Amino acid sequence: MNFIPPDFAPASSEIFMLIMVCVVMLADLAAGEGRRYIAYLLTQTTLLGCTILTFISFSTESTLTFHGMFVDDSMADILKLMVYGTVSAVLVYSHSYISDRGMLKGEFFSLILSATLGMMVMISASHFLTLYIGLELLSLSLYALVALRRDSLVATEAAMKFFVLGALASGFLLYGMSMVYGATGTLHVSQLAQVIQSGASSKEVLVVGLVFIVAGIAFKLSAVPFHMWAPDVYQGSPTAVTLFIGSAPKLAAFGFVMRLLVEGMSEMVTDWQGMLVILAVLSMAVGNIAAIAQTNIKRMLAYSTISHMGFLLLGFISADANGYSSALFYIIAYVLMTLGTFAMIMLLCRSGFEAENIDDFKGLNKRNPWYAFIALLLMLSLAGIPPMIGFYAKFAVLQAVVNAGYIWLAVVAVLFSLIGAFYYLRIIKLMYFDDPETMEPLVSSSDVRILLSANGFAVLALGIFPQALMGLSLYAIENSM
Amino acid sequence: MSFEFPLLSLIIWLPIAFGVAVFATGGDHNAQLARWIALIGSILGFLVAIPLYTNFDSTAGAMQFLEDHIWFERFNVNYHIGVDGISMPLILLNCFITPLVVVAGWEVIKERVSQYMGAFLVMSGIVNGVFSSLDAILFYVFWEASLIPMFLIIGIWGGPNRVYAAIKFFLYTLLGSLLMLIAFIYLYHASEGSFSIEDYHKLAIPMAPQILIFIAFLLAFAVKVPMWPVHTWLPDAHVEAPTGGSVVLAAILLKLGGYGFLRFSLPIAPDASHYLAEMMIVLSLVAVVYIGLIALMQADMKKLIAYSSVAHMGFVTLGFFLLNAYGIEGAIVQMISHGFISGAMFLCVGVLYDRLHSRQIADYGGVINKMPVFSAFFMLFAMANAGLPGTSGFVGEFMVIMGAIKVNFWYAFLSATTLILGAAYTLWMYKRVIFGAVANPAVESLQDISKREFGLLAILAISVLWIGIYPFPLTEVMHATVDQLLTHVSNSKL
Repeated sequence: MNFIPPDFAPASSEIFMLIMVCVVMLADLAAGEGRRYIAYLLTQTTLLGCTILTFISFSTESTLTFHGMFVDDSMADILKLMVYGTVSAVLVYSHSYISDRGMLKGEFFSLILSATLGMMVMISASHFLTLYIGLELLSLSLYALVALRRDSLVATEAAMKFFVLGALASGFLLYGMSMVYGATGTLHVSQLAQVIQSGASSKEVLVVGLVFIVAGIAFKLSAVPFHMWAPDVYQGSPTAVTLFIGSAPKLAAFGFVMRLLVEGMSEMVTDWQGMLVILAVLSMAVGNIAAIAQTNIKRMLAYSTISHMGFLLLGFISADANGYSSALFYIIAYVLMTLGTFAMIMLLCRSGFEAENIDDFKGLNKRNPWYAFIALLLMLSLAGIPPMIGFYAKFAVLQAVVNAGYIWLAVVAVLFSLIGAFYYLRIIKLMYFDDPETMEPLVSSSDVRILLSANGFAVLALGIFPQALMGLSLYAIENSM
Repeated sequence: MSFEFPLLSLIIWLPIAFGVAVFATGGDHNAQLARWIALIGSILGFLVAIPLYTNFDSTAGAMQFLEDHIWFERFNVNYHIGVDGISMPLILLNCFITPLVVVAGWEVIKERVSQYMGAFLVMSGIVNGVFSSLDAILFYVFWEASLIPMFLIIGIWGGPNRVYAAIKFFLYTLLGSLLMLIAFIYLYHASEGSFSIEDYHKLAIPMAPQILIFIAFLLAFAVKVPMWPVHTWLPDAHVEAPTGGSVVLAAILLKLGGYGFLRFSLPIAPDASHYLAEMMIVLSLVAVVYIGLIALMQADMKKLIAYSSVAHMGFVTLGFFLLNAYGIEGAIVQMISHGFISGAMFLCVGVLYDRLHSRQIADYGGVINKMPVFSAFFMLFAMANAGLPGTSGFVGEFMVIMGAIKVNFWYAFLSATTLILGAAYTLWMYKRVIFGAVANPAVESLQDISKREFGLLAILAISVLWIGIYPFPLTEVMHATVDQLLTHVSNSKL
């Protein structure tokens, strides 16, 4: 049998990333204690290198390689570029936090990079097994990251919960995939649609498989009723890791849903639409209501994430390019806001002091009006108040929902976001209306200061000029369908 | 009419730019600088708005000073602004009130001055944006954005219960406007991809959706006006807000709701408006009579004026849904006049509050012995609030009652009770606060108004008398637009 080597070019950035994961690990070993900045710089260089490679190989049409298991299209490239940027920002934000807490180890960087590689594979997978491998690479790296402070009781507990529930979800997913394979005889995303359309497969088996796949997706997205892990993991992880978990993987999860449901199971759209409606409504309800009761800021943001994921799922319900591009716009806006919010929490932390409670935001306006203003922009954006980007994200999704004829769903969604506005307003209230408990100045390095200010302003500026990002989202989806 | 210069944009963005400049002055060590920049910005904001009046073509009912640029193509949203005879006077009112508010807070606000002054300037620009938007999404963005500065003003500089009031204010208004957003999105799809308000005016809509759209708009605007029974946020917000906040709230923000009815509810859903007009009239009459009675019982001066605002705004919505020229023009005059009178009333209470730190009527008495000049001004505004002929309060109410009598005698009869109730609660309060013997040592120590306060009240007094005696310049500009609106509303869209 002749071996024909596959075309490696579309996967060049993944291959580069894989090499660099090993390089970072080895270089850090050689550099040793005291020269950790080498690993940090190498990691940032890797992300830069990947950015360049992805730019060079940017494709305006779908290219399949590795015998149809790997796809490179506009959506994949755009999502990957977003992931690089997000991961890079995560590293900048968390650098001083982890070094203050003795977590500045080579493992941190290599784990983050391997998680990033997992995301890239998820985004570019066009075969259920590739999808699964990417997801597992991401998940296993995340479990280890959560447990990075192995002497911390809460962190190890969170890691255990994350691992057990995550493994369960992966099991669901794998089971669902095996059902689909049993019914259709293929796992290729591009072939599934044809096989299902031909009617040769058993509809009953497919639907059972679909239920398990949707359940697995819901687990990964932390959609209700599969959300239990999120508050505990968000609370228990070191804030730098929470920042990572809450940001870049959401972009990958978007790609994951696109590949699995939209591309793979497009023939079953009426089946998964109904499931997503239930997941979305429950997530918005539980997320927004439970968040009100939280006093721990990370837990509150976990519930806020759950509600945002509900809103994101609404974008898929309309099942057209308009809806998917709205969902993509939503997830990008969400990642931008999450980055800023968690960076703000880390800013409030001092060495020896963890900012954990919402009361730690008290009197921020008197301590530092500038950061209070940035946090104000972020909170208003999360609440969906114009002219912040969060509003346009909600607006885009709502118009897709109304377009699909689900006006009642749009009404439900806005009523829950009204409830949601309350707990974001509470943070603003703490910052602006209350007196601070401490007047200790907020220390931060200049790169964090600049990036955080830019992040906060992006939330406002992209709200005033949303066309570029909206256009990009539409382009990414239309060019890949 | 060719006025190429983007005047309207300047009116919107100039105050915002100055507001940002005021924020940039930073902490309280630069307080004086912040005050002066704010004053200059607000006065400039008023000056640039004057050409809007002088260059306005009052014979045309259509939109003027148009600007139309693409904002974001993805959803065909445009930066489309313009004014007609309804929005132009409201913009002028807003630009007029802003310098007064800045001056009113000149000495009183000592903490975080730059944030206070900046917030008012930014809000002034945003409100101009609301009044001039001709694109539904642009309108919505300005509409919601106006909540943010007011929320902060109540919450930071307000009274003891300010947090409750600020959050109640925000969530109440948000509830209404979110449903309005869904109505806009529905109209976007119904009109096959347009957010232009003027396109919506022409759009034919069946009765059932029209009623739903009307109700969605009603929730948004009724909360803002506020109409009975969704008025309960207003007394709380007014009582807790600082003087400047109360003035802007009563004089400007309440008008957003009234404006919304004229720009959206009536022309977009005319059949639903006719169908539901009686309901709206009944709700308005409840506000006029029942809220008037409630105002009578208030022990807190600010609460009393807040309830009197609800009653007066009841007149405004009553006028709209009479659906005749007297009613609508009277309602607009009433909006403008209420802007002056309620602003002045809150300033008067602010003058007293700054001295004694109490808003309770019972803590005062015999103020006239110590503050004769102030008492004279207060007298004028109290009379105007009661609707005395010769003041602006009379003109609007009289026109609305004239409109009502054409529709139904009992509407006119019930609405006319306001002349008795308004006089009762305002003058009774005035009597208890101003007349009588000096009630206590605190009143004994009162100083009469300063030059700054005199100037503020004098400007408002002139405005109130001017509109009361010679309202023609105001009714003239709106006449053509109101005629056009009425013709439009009388044509069915089914």
